[in-house]
Amino acid sequence: MIRDITLGQYFPAGSIIHSLDARTKILGTLLFVIELFVVDSFFGFAVLATFLAAIIAASKVPVKFIFRGLTPVFAIILFTFVINLFMSPGRVLWHWWFLTITVEGVRRAFFMAVRLVLLIIGSSMLTLCTKPIQLTDGLEKLLKPFKAIGVPSHEIALMMTIALRFIPTLMEEADKIIKAQQARGADFESGNIFRRGKALIPILIPLFVSSFRIAQELALAMEARCYNGGGGRTRMNEIHFARRDALAGVLMAASLGAAIAIRIL
Amino acid sequence: MAIEVKDLQYTYSPGLPGETKALDGVSFNIDDGSICGIIGHTGSGKSTLLQALDGLIKPSDGEIIIDGISLTDKETSLVDVRKRVGIVFQYPEYQLFEETVAKDVSFGPSNLGLEGDELEAAVRSSIELVGLDYERIKDKSPFELSGGQKRRVAIAGVIAMNPGILILDEPTAGLDPTAHKEILSMVKRIHETRNIIIVFVSHNMGDVADMCDKVLVMNEGRIILDGTPRYVFGQKDVLDEIGLGVTPAAEIVGRIRERIPEIDSDVLSMEEAAASLAEFIKRKRS
Ligand SMILES: Nc1ncnc2c1ncn2[C@@H]1O[C@H](COP(=O)(O)OP(=O)(O)OP(=O)(O)O)[C@@H](O)[C@H]1O
Ligand SMILES: [Mg+2]
Repeated sequence: MIRDITLGQYFPAGSIIHSLDARTKILGTLLFVIELFVVDSFFGFAVLATFLAAIIAASKVPVKFIFRGLTPVFAIILFTFVINLFMSPGRVLWHWWFLTITVEGVRRAFFMAVRLVLLIIGSSMLTLCTKPIQLTDGLEKLLKPFKAIGVPSHEIALMMTIALRFIPTLMEEADKIIKAQQARGADFESGNIFRRGKALIPILIPLFVSSFRIAQELALAMEARCYNGGGGRTRMNEIHFARRDALAGVLMAASLGAAIAIRIL
Repeated sequence: MAIEVKDLQYTYSPGLPGETKALDGVSFNIDDGSICGIIGHTGSGKSTLLQALDGLIKPSDGEIIIDGISLTDKETSLVDVRKRVGIVFQYPEYQLFEETVAKDVSFGPSNLGLEGDELEAAVRSSIELVGLDYERIKDKSPFELSGGQKRRVAIAGVIAMNPGILILDEPTAGLDPTAHKEILSMVKRIHETRNIIIVFVSHNMGDVADMCDKVLVMNEGRIILDGTPRYVFGQKDVLDEIGLGVTPAAEIVGRIRERIPEIDSDVLSMEEAAASLAEFIKRKRS
């Protein structure tokens, strides 16, 4: 069901990973993504996957929960897999009519699929283990140095939090609308791609209208609580780097070193 | 047409942290042509039950039989269910999507295969049944109507499918007192002209007592009371325990009885309360 999508959701588990400073986790995620692109062999992926598995184990987030949230993006992964499989030039492995699979295609398809899966799981660990409010604070602090060159750090951070916060709300809304249109006999499962595309209209229009309504209500609610931008705002809980953040930093640097070493050697 | 529900079970996100048992052994029957009200605290499983009655969610256990066909049977086609059961969700006005009212109302019946004159007749009669002027409203955009009008259009979109059972989830939520009364009299009118089963959820005990032949009281996924309004609202202790009240009239009479215990306590509506007070005064005078 659409409500089971956990993209961008927070999972309270109270682990060591949860208690790290948000900035550490944001930078760590960024590093992990960079490492995924530094590495260019399956061996490298295996090392990074082990690293990620260790983080997941330490975070106490159930693996089932992580994977359940991934089901909707599997369509994208499958799509890139198929495109890579059939579209890569090279030594022909199999050929039928207009379809050709090459040795390079197989390698590339698996390579990209593994990279995407690691990328998605890795970045979803950030939101699973960090409260949205901490994420905003962390992001805002990280962006602060760029304020001098005109980057609206507070606004960017706020926009991101709101976007994350609204994923589950919109899912819920979509779930309601889908059920209501199904009850009126709408059929989303049969017919060719055009019919199916057309069948989405009764969902997308109400969803669009609802998101405007929700956004307006949120704006009103914020104004009612005297929100007027980030200037001069203070925090009840300031975020601080701790010993464990230093330790995490060392581990992160080590993993980056390992990734570069694997690439060069 | 009748509804038979046996030992229904349903759990949201089983095996995950948000696991909630929303239905826990729900059984009841609703006879042909009756109006049934469902009351219960927020989160007691009412909306979940209604969705199961239209085959929108698959119960993990139990059986639902509507008009002789079993919803829980894998062989049953959902189109057969949709022809029999129409469901109007809470705030149905958020589901409107077409350019014109007439097109929106015809979405349901055309999905069931209605075409041409037959379709137009169905759309016209249901728009009129919800108390709107067909000629004046049919070419308007649903987005430019008032809240109450939108809700009527959304309800018309469901009754245009000519269901034998009409299910409404809090049809009066968020309406002002006038619109509230109008929606209720509309529901009564639909019941009388089409002679169909009506099942509706309400938080207003007075409405439920006035309209229904049968009341189901839900608490934590179970049905704890099932009977006529007179029986159900007679169980003041049970209702109090789960935080539900009785009807306003019964409440008033209850308060008066604290001072004057001789007054007849078996009242549901304001008329009955007035009659019982008048009778008491007459008795006192003679
Ligand atoms: N899509 C969902 N995912 C997970 N849990 C849900 C979902 N929908 C409802 N629940 C839970 O199931 C239980 C029953 O919910 P339901 O919506 O049936 O209650 P209700 O009686 O209709 O309440 P209300 O009067 O507030 O409308 C609640 O505890 C609710 O939190
Ligand atoms: Mg409900």
